[in-house]
Amino acid sequence: MSSEAQPQTTAHATGVKEPDPKILVFCCNWCSYAGADLAGVSRLQMPPYFRTIRVMCSARVDPEFVLRAFQRGADGVLVAGCHPADCHYIGGNYRTRRRIALLKMLIQQFGFDPDRLRLEWVSAGEGEKFQKTIIEFTNTIKELGPSPMARGDE
Amino acid sequence: MTMAETKKTDPNEKPRIGVYVCHCGSNIGGFVDVPSVAEYAKTLPDVVYATDNLYTCAEDGLTSIREGIRKHNLNRVVVASCTPRTHAPLFQTTCESAGLNKYLFTFVNIREHCSWVHMKEKEKATLKARDLIKMGVARARLLMPQEEEKVDVEPTGLVIGGGVSGMTAALSLADMGFPVHLVEKEGELGGFVRNLNNLYVTEKSATETIKPLIEKVKASKNVKLHLNSQVKSVEGFIGNYDVVMASKGAEDIKTKVGTIVVATGALEFVPEGLYGYNQYPNIVTLTEFEILCKKKSLPSLKNVAFIQCVGSRGQKVSYCSRICCNVAIKNAINIVDNYENMLGLAEKNGTIIDTVPVEKKVPDEILERRRRRRGRERGEEGEAEEVKLGPSEKIEVTVFNRDVMAYGVEHELTYNKAREHRVKFVRYTPENPPKVFMEGNQLMVSYFHETLKLDRSMPVDMVVLSTPMVPQLDTREMSQMLKVPQGQDGWFLEAHVKLRPVDFATDGIYVCGTCKGPADITEAATQAAAAASRAAIPMAKGYVQAEALTSVVDDIKCSGCGTCIQVCPYGAMRKNDKGLAETIVAACKGCGCCGATCPEMAITMTNYTDAQLLAEAKATLEEV
Repeated sequence: MSSEAQPQTTAHATGVKEPDPKILVFCCNWCSYAGADLAGVSRLQMPPYFRTIRVMCSARVDPEFVLRAFQRGADGVLVAGCHPADCHYIGGNYRTRRRIALLKMLIQQFGFDPDRLRLEWVSAGEGEKFQKTIIEFTNTIKELGPSPMARGDE
Repeated sequence: MTMAETKKTDPNEKPRIGVYVCHCGSNIGGFVDVPSVAEYAKTLPDVVYATDNLYTCAEDGLTSIREGIRKHNLNRVVVASCTPRTHAPLFQTTCESAGLNKYLFTFVNIREHCSWVHMKEKEKATLKARDLIKMGVARARLLMPQEEEKVDVEPTGLVIGGGVSGMTAALSLADMGFPVHLVEKEGELGGFVRNLNNLYVTEKSATETIKPLIEKVKASKNVKLHLNSQVKSVEGFIGNYDVVMASKGAEDIKTKVGTIVVATGALEFVPEGLYGYNQYPNIVTLTEFEILCKKKSLPSLKNVAFIQCVGSRGQKVSYCSRICCNVAIKNAINIVDNYENMLGLAEKNGTIIDTVPVEKKVPDEILERRRRRRGRERGEEGEAEEVKLGPSEKIEVTVFNRDVMAYGVEHELTYNKAREHRVKFVRYTPENPPKVFMEGNQLMVSYFHETLKLDRSMPVDMVVLSTPMVPQLDTREMSQMLKVPQGQDGWFLEAHVKLRPVDFATDGIYVCGTCKGPADITEAATQAAAAASRAAIPMAKGYVQAEALTSVVDDIKCSGCGTCIQVCPYGAMRKNDKGLAETIVAACKGCGCCGATCPEMAITMTNYTDAQLLAEAKATLEEV
C-alpha cells in the first residue's frame, strides 16, 4: 500500500489521516430508491459518504457508468435493485446480476478489489436493509482503503 | 395567475439554472447548513440564481420558483428538498405554470437521503448536500425539453376482492358511472366479515351489517360480478390493462380495464404450537371464537381467558394487529353481559369444539395434523370433565395483555365499560407470558402477576388467543402479477404512507383494506372509498399523459445487431425495413435495459441519458 498522492481530506477533518471514502450508489426508482427513502423516513442513521444516482431500473446501469466511476476515483460502487422476481420491469434485475458478476471480474483485472463493486437487492419496504447495506459497504471500503486510482498506483 | 404558454426552449441556448434549497422547517435546516449550501450553489456552472426557502413546497416557495423563472429567465430549475417520489409532480407543474417544460426540472433529495440519515453529523451532511446539488446541477445542464404523449384511459374499473373493501370500492366506482368488474375467489361476497358474530361499537350482527352492501352490489347495473373467480394475468399500463379472469368450470374471460383496485384482504394468523393451541381442547383463536358464537355452538363457560398479542408485536410478526384488543374487549363484554342471549347453550354443556371453522384458510397439512392430534387427545384423555354451570351463574373473564390498545373515542369508552362489568385485565411482559396447560382434565392458565409479583394460576374452560392478521398466502403472486411492492411484513405497500395512502407507486393501481395491513371495517370502508375516488380520476379525465421516458435509437450509430431486441422485457424493440433497431414507443416502459446493453451506444434514454448520468457521477467524484 503506497501512501503517496493522498487525496485531499475534507476541510473539517484536519488531522485525520484517512480521507473520506467516495461511494457511488445507483438505486432503481421503484424498489431501492424507495427503500432509501424509507430509511430516511425511519431516521435510520448511516455513514454520510455515499451519493445516490437514481435510475429507472438497475438494468439501466451501463457497465461504462461503473468503469467511469472507478476511473474518476470512486472507492466503491453499489448497485441496488429490486429483489429477484420483483423487478418493476419484469426481469431487468437478472440482467444486472449477470452484468455485475462479469464487471467484478473485469475490475479485478484493472487492479481493483472486486469487493469495491457490490450488488444488493433492496425492496421499497426494506429501509433497514438499505441502512445495513450502506454501513457494511462503507466499512468494507474503509478496510480496503482509497481506490488504487486515487493512490496513484496506476 | 394565468397559465403561460410553454416556452420553446432552444436546446442550444445556454443553460440558466435556478437552484432552490429547502429547509423543510427544521427537517433539513436542523441538520444541514442550508444557507451556506444555497450560497455554494451560486458558484456552480450555469447557475444564475440560488436561494433557500423555509418550505419550497408551500405557496410562497412555489411563487419564488415562478418568479425566478420570469425574473432571471431561468431555463432549468433544480429543487433540493425531499423525495421526487412524492413531490416531483408538484414542482414540475409549478415549472409548467411559469412556462418551463417540466423535463427541465431536476429534483435533488437532501432530506430522506441526507438530513434524516445523517442527523448527528451536520458538517458532513452539509458537505453531502452540496455534493448532491452539484450532481443535480450537472444533470440539469444537460436536460432537454420533452413532449408527452396522451394515452386514452379505458373507463372501466377492476376491483380484486369481494369483501367489505372491494364491495365498497366497486360500488363507489359504479355509482360514479363507471362499469366495474368485481372479482371474488369465493362463491359469495362478504370476505372475512362473514366469519364474525357481532361488530364492535354498533354491537350489531356482522351478517346484517354487510347485507345492504351486498345487495346494492348485486343490484348495481354497473357492477359485473365474477364469483369463484381469480385474476389470472394483468398486462399493460394505466388506462390500458388487459386482464384475464379465470372462473371455476368456465372459460377464461378477457377484458380491458383502465384502473385496478386491489382489495384482497387478510387471513388470521394460526398460532400453531403457541399456548397449547391444537394441543388441548377449547383453545381457539379470536376468529374461531367469533364463528362459534355465530353458530351458537360455544361450550358452557365459567372461566374464560383471552390472551392478547399471540404471535404479534415482535414474536412471529413484528407489528401490532390493531383490531384485536377491541375485538377481545367486545367479546369479553358479550360473555359477561349477554351470555344467555348470545349462547343459548344450556343443552350444550360440556361440548368440546372439534370442528375447526376456518378450514379454508388453513393449509391442508396443518388441518391433517390438527385432526390427528385431536383424535389422539380424545383417545387418550377422554372428554373434558363436564362443567356443571348454568348460564345464570357468574362468569369470569380475564384478558391477559401486554398493553391495551383501545384507541380513539369509542374504544376507550368500551374498555372502561368492560372494566365496569368486572372483566379483569391482567398485564404480562413478553419475557414472562402466561402458560396454558392441563391439570388432569382441567385446562389451566398460570401467569406472573406483575403488580403482586406473584405466580398465580387459575382453572379455565376456554382460552381465546388473539392472533394478528397476516397477509393472504397469494400476496406475493399478486404483487408479481401487478408489479406492485410488498412491505417488510408482506403487506402491500402504498406509494406514500401519509400523502398517497391508497395509491401504489405504479400509476393506475390502487390499494385498500386489510391487504395493506390490519384494519377494522370502518377503516377498510374509508380506504375503499378513497381508493375508488383515486381510481376514478384518470377514468373521468379520459386520458393520461405518458411520461416521456422511452428509448430512442440513433440510426447512424445502430449496426442492427439486435441485442436490444433480445434484452427488452416488453418486446418494444424491433428491426425496421433497413434492418436497424427502432423503438415501439407505445410499448416502451423506459427501463433502459436496451440503453445499457447497446454495444454501439446508439440508444438514448430520454431524460436519463448516458451523458446526464455520467455527469452526475463525475460531479461528485471530481476533486473540489
